[in-house]
Amino acid sequence: MSRASLLPRLQELFGDKLLSAHDQCGDDTIVVGRDHMIEVLRQLRERPEFAFDLLADETAADYLGVSPRFELVCHLYSLSHNRRLRVKVPVPEDDPVVPSLVPLWKSANWLEREVWDMFGIRFSGHPDLRRILLYEQFVGHPLRKDYPVNQRQPLVPERDPVNQDWKV
Amino acid sequence: MATPAAAPAALDPTEEIMEIQMGPSHPASHGTIKFNLKLDGEVVVDCDVEVGYLHRAFEKMTEQGTWTQAIPYTDRLNYASPFINNVAFVLAVEKLLGIEVPPRCQYLRVIVSELSRLTDHETCLGMAATELGAMTVGFLLNEARELIYDLAEAISGARLTVTYCRIGGLSRDFPPDISERVTAAFKHTRALISDCDKLLTRNRIFVDRMRGIGVISQAEAISYGLTGPMLRSTGTNYDVRKAQPYSSYDHFDFEVPLGSTGDNYDRFLCRFAEMEQSMRIVEQALKNLPAGPVRVEDPRIVLPEKSKVYGSIEGLMNHFKLIMEGIKVPPGEVYHAVEGANGELGFYVISDGSGRPYRVRVRPPCFLAMGALGAMVKGGMLADIIPTFGMVNMIGGECDR
Repeated sequence: MSRASLLPRLQELFGDKLLSAHDQCGDDTIVVGRDHMIEVLRQLRERPEFAFDLLADETAADYLGVSPRFELVCHLYSLSHNRRLRVKVPVPEDDPVVPSLVPLWKSANWLEREVWDMFGIRFSGHPDLRRILLYEQFVGHPLRKDYPVNQRQPLVPERDPVNQDWKV
Repeated sequence: MATPAAAPAALDPTEEIMEIQMGPSHPASHGTIKFNLKLDGEVVVDCDVEVGYLHRAFEKMTEQGTWTQAIPYTDRLNYASPFINNVAFVLAVEKLLGIEVPPRCQYLRVIVSELSRLTDHETCLGMAATELGAMTVGFLLNEARELIYDLAEAISGARLTVTYCRIGGLSRDFPPDISERVTAAFKHTRALISDCDKLLTRNRIFVDRMRGIGVISQAEAISYGLTGPMLRSTGTNYDVRKAQPYSSYDHFDFEVPLGSTGDNYDRFLCRFAEMEQSMRIVEQALKNLPAGPVRVEDPRIVLPEKSKVYGSIEGLMNHFKLIMEGIKVPPGEVYHAVEGANGELGFYVISDGSGRPYRVRVRPPCFLAMGALGAMVKGGMLADIIPTFGMVNMIGGECDR
């Protein structure tokens, strides 16, 4: 991974479609607007000079109090060039919808279901956007920073073993 | 399902598409997992895989404590290979801190990672063979696993919940007699693995259940984000240890076994061959083990010696600050991947500069493999779900987190 950074080439190619770019700790990162993300990611996957054929991870982060609040984070890997790239997409709180990556990578299917489950970001065009780790009756999205960590949502009412008689 | 108003012919069990739910607690599947199946006779028409029964909010819990307090949670992600998870997490944090641990520590991390890979593959293959009726193999590989667990106990004090790595080093050095113990354990392990090889690799019943089952093409495997033995069984040469060597993996001579057809039998052979390679790496590392410390010398990261804590006010303050406030990791974000036993195990960590993680994301290899399982079993027989699921090697703790 000691080769020259990809960023100058990406900036030249995509121009002002990139909101910003950095290579902190050696991780090449680009930030793309929501409107251009599919186009940029498609080129990253299909152009032989990039050939990012593996969507290693797709997740999100919640920056509560910052606008835009969410960030969708994709980690791409190119098997042929042995390179990694992080693509981030800012997502506003009042309209948390981004286009789905399922047409590009099949791994996006489950990863996006998890992002929906945990952060409440919707994916337009996703074939099967259900919760995945939690159950359908669950209220809220637990990895949001404003979800209280000790909140409990039992499906069956919980019994207090100290103050309640077991024989009821 | 047919509605009650449908004609009686539609209720004929040979005509009707039957919906059954397999799991979440099924005797032939290790791990809590539910398959919502649509069956035409015994042929799987559709399979919806339901995970999440073991969700324990790993990512949320790591945000509640300090960076160091997240390490015990990582043991419990993949409890078949806890050392690898430890190593992966601390490497990600160290990358953000911009530190490199001493050579001895790097070698020890390699050794424990490879021991974990052995236990993981022994668990996977033993369980998968048992589910196909080869119970002897299950017992033999469990015995082999016990030998490695004994080593883990000697190294870290625990068999499964090891919590051996620390940010900037390790909790302790190896015991002095580890070389002899490893030699003895490997001798026994090799004998057991050789027995399993004789029992399984050319066993007609086993091969018939594995070969040509659960096939996935190379392009599909890449699209589904498969890594590790699942991807290598399709002939794709991708191993993080070779592609992006971390923790001095480039110092060792080892091979990456590859398959060609992407079926269960190739996955079995890849895992089987990897066990021998892991033992080779451990032997090389022990032979060339560098001397020196196992931690970086930085009081902002590593706890002071106990004599300093109890003997000087500076040491006590240092200890107190690190425990109460945590290690101050500079703001930023990194992704670091290691080769887990099931594939690429990545940690994406975000720090806001305080002593606590802002976000810790783990990229679980078997979660993505489970995403592909539905497509792999579709069109096959109901009974073939069991070997395919066995070769995916789902570890509930890692898949559901």
